[in-house]
Amino acid sequence: MKHSTFFWFILPSLTAMILFIALPIVSVFIQSLHIEHEQVLIVSESCDPFGCEETTSVDTEASSKLRAEKPLGRFNGLKTYTNRMILAFDEVGEAWRTTDSFRVFWDRVFNLPFYKSLTFTITYTIVVTPFVLILGFFVALGVNNLPKILKGPTIFSSLLPMIVTPLVGSLILFWMVDGDGVIGATLQKIFNDNSLSLKASPLLTWIMLMVYGVWHLSPFSFIVFYAGLQTVPQETLEAAMIDGATKLQRMRHVVIPHLMPLVIFITLILLMDNFRVFEPILGFSAEAHATSLSWLIFSHLRESAFPLYNVAGATSMITILGVTILLTPVLIRTWRDFNRKGH
Amino acid sequence: MFLKRLTLIGAFITLMGSSVYAADCGPAGQSIRILASDFPAIHAVAGAAEGNCGAAAAEFNRNHTTEARQIMNAAQTPNPAEYTSVIVANSTLVQLMNDGLVRPLNDLVGKYGGHLKQNQLITIDDNIMAIAFMANSQHMFYRTDILGQAGVEGLPATYDEVLAAAEKIRAAGIMEHPLVMNLKVGWNVGEVFNTIYLAHGGDFFKSGSAEPSINNEKGIAALNTMKALVEYAHPDHLTQASDQTQGLWEAGKAAIGFMWGSRGGVILDDEGSSEEVVSNTVLSGAPTVTGGSIPGATLWWDGITIATNVSDSEAEATFAALVSGMTTEMVSKHNDDAIWLIDGFKPGPAAAGVSATASGGAKSYPMFAQMGLLHNALGAELVDFLKGSESAEQALTDVEAVYVAGAKDAGYL
Repeated sequence: MKHSTFFWFILPSLTAMILFIALPIVSVFIQSLHIEHEQVLIVSESCDPFGCEETTSVDTEASSKLRAEKPLGRFNGLKTYTNRMILAFDEVGEAWRTTDSFRVFWDRVFNLPFYKSLTFTITYTIVVTPFVLILGFFVALGVNNLPKILKGPTIFSSLLPMIVTPLVGSLILFWMVDGDGVIGATLQKIFNDNSLSLKASPLLTWIMLMVYGVWHLSPFSFIVFYAGLQTVPQETLEAAMIDGATKLQRMRHVVIPHLMPLVIFITLILLMDNFRVFEPILGFSAEAHATSLSWLIFSHLRESAFPLYNVAGATSMITILGVTILLTPVLIRTWRDFNRKGH
Repeated sequence: MFLKRLTLIGAFITLMGSSVYAADCGPAGQSIRILASDFPAIHAVAGAAEGNCGAAAAEFNRNHTTEARQIMNAAQTPNPAEYTSVIVANSTLVQLMNDGLVRPLNDLVGKYGGHLKQNQLITIDDNIMAIAFMANSQHMFYRTDILGQAGVEGLPATYDEVLAAAEKIRAAGIMEHPLVMNLKVGWNVGEVFNTIYLAHGGDFFKSGSAEPSINNEKGIAALNTMKALVEYAHPDHLTQASDQTQGLWEAGKAAIGFMWGSRGGVILDDEGSSEEVVSNTVLSGAPTVTGGSIPGATLWWDGITIATNVSDSEAEATFAALVSGMTTEMVSKHNDDAIWLIDGFKPGPAAAGVSATASGGAKSYPMFAQMGLLHNALGAELVDFLKGSESAEQALTDVEAVYVAGAKDAGYL
């Protein structure tokens, strides 16, 4: 394709990307450098049906004048990124200086909201991604070997976890693992422990969220692998068979290499998706034990009375950065493959 | 179609014939748009207003949503505002006032509010900012049959007595976790701390400033009380809010509850629970600390406000319509839906808890402009302490640090 043809070809989607993705990211970044104007507080007496109290209220006239002059707020530079809400340089530095064992240091750092979320997010990504890949692959192999008549229904039911909206799926499971729910009550019976609760223990909550993640995402890798399996060249397989390759060897030396580009594709998508894990935390009400970066952004924006746009913006930027770092190795590999093929 | 029209005409005739049409609805032909939370008492007031003045208005829209609190500031900021009135509570009034989105009502009260009682008027420095119509607070729920079985005499009135009763129930082998409280991470867990901290006589801020002052002996004592209570709560307590605790209570799985008064009527009605639970449930005031006198609860009111960014005639019509709904007739029709602040309310068993708590001298939910930030910080940072992975001092230090960081960004410090 000529370069100019290519340019006109992608112009519409490029424009949309710049307008709706690139520019908003820039605006979020600018927002993250600013904080709210000073609020002019006045002490006032407030009375309600139960009595009068001395309280403070905002002098809205003075505050709105400040806001009209500088709608973005006060410039704060990168301080939002380094204060306690996010990277917490001071707190981490102090923890490093004043603790003598790594364990105690880690406990102190883990106490900071951002690092707590980051830990869960990375763990979730690292655990869920390979499991989804492997499980999806085996489901695809299984379905591929089914008799034709069973294939349709099996594919449909294997896709169900993904068809169910994440929030709905996690809410249903949330009630099933409840102490009075089917799974929760059964577990209590098996272990003969009435206070066993999946929702009360941090470790069990983490495991529950990750199992849910694997369950929810496996159909995606299954369907991609299944499509890939249909394109495995039969001649090569037959040739391998004639050469005396066992079933395992055929799998190892023919099928898997053929599917490798798909593995990279799925890994890419899964890494992105898992790094932004959000709905299960909300659905399982798991905030007490597990928070993710996306949840952190949500909680900063959620509080309508005091939305901390700067903190939410800064956390978003760091999330984008995190996704980029995660994807770099995979992207570099793809780029190399592309160059090799090009020459 | 014909039947539908017939009913409509019928309804219209009834409306014309009844006395309510005579309500003073202010300027006619105005647009009245109301944003409100979604529970029966608010439906009653807004419904009565619509019944009285819906015909005189050009349009009468009510948006009842549990998400009202999340959308109100965004909806009211433009001029003209999306709604002419928002029905608020203590904390949401502050949320709107912080952005200057509600107007003083002094003139309108003079013109249309003759039937309002003095204590319905919410004033900030002599400006009437809202008209309250109902009260709410947390308080204790007890199952008298189970308390009797466990050998507890009378109803526990202090935290120590509550703990002793819970221990007796556990020791008697009746229930392992007899207590339910709304401890869901976030707003609910912060609110429970607020109530216990107020019972200990604590102050949230240094007088006249936005500097926090919760990291003190009272705060630590409050946290320790909270921790002691949590020992008897359902293991999933950090995921439980009002709906779940009400469910546990109605399922007969709890004997001592610290829940909202507004759930009292729902629990005591004949739906969703067994006769055994309903007939043995008694509502009583929030507990005090031993030797103290302040009930551990925050008192709430719900009331109407009028938007700043709407025309004066729309504001007048909205106000007239809404106060026309706050009448004795409305209360007598919906007596058990709320603890009404309006004349004609006959307190039933469902009101006993809130009445006892309010008359015991409980504090209102604090109306500080920056209170929401502190509440958020409490909701997020107390969890580690409740899980047992952090000391009380550390938890309170964290709360103050998070609050200070947020308050600096929001411009309060």
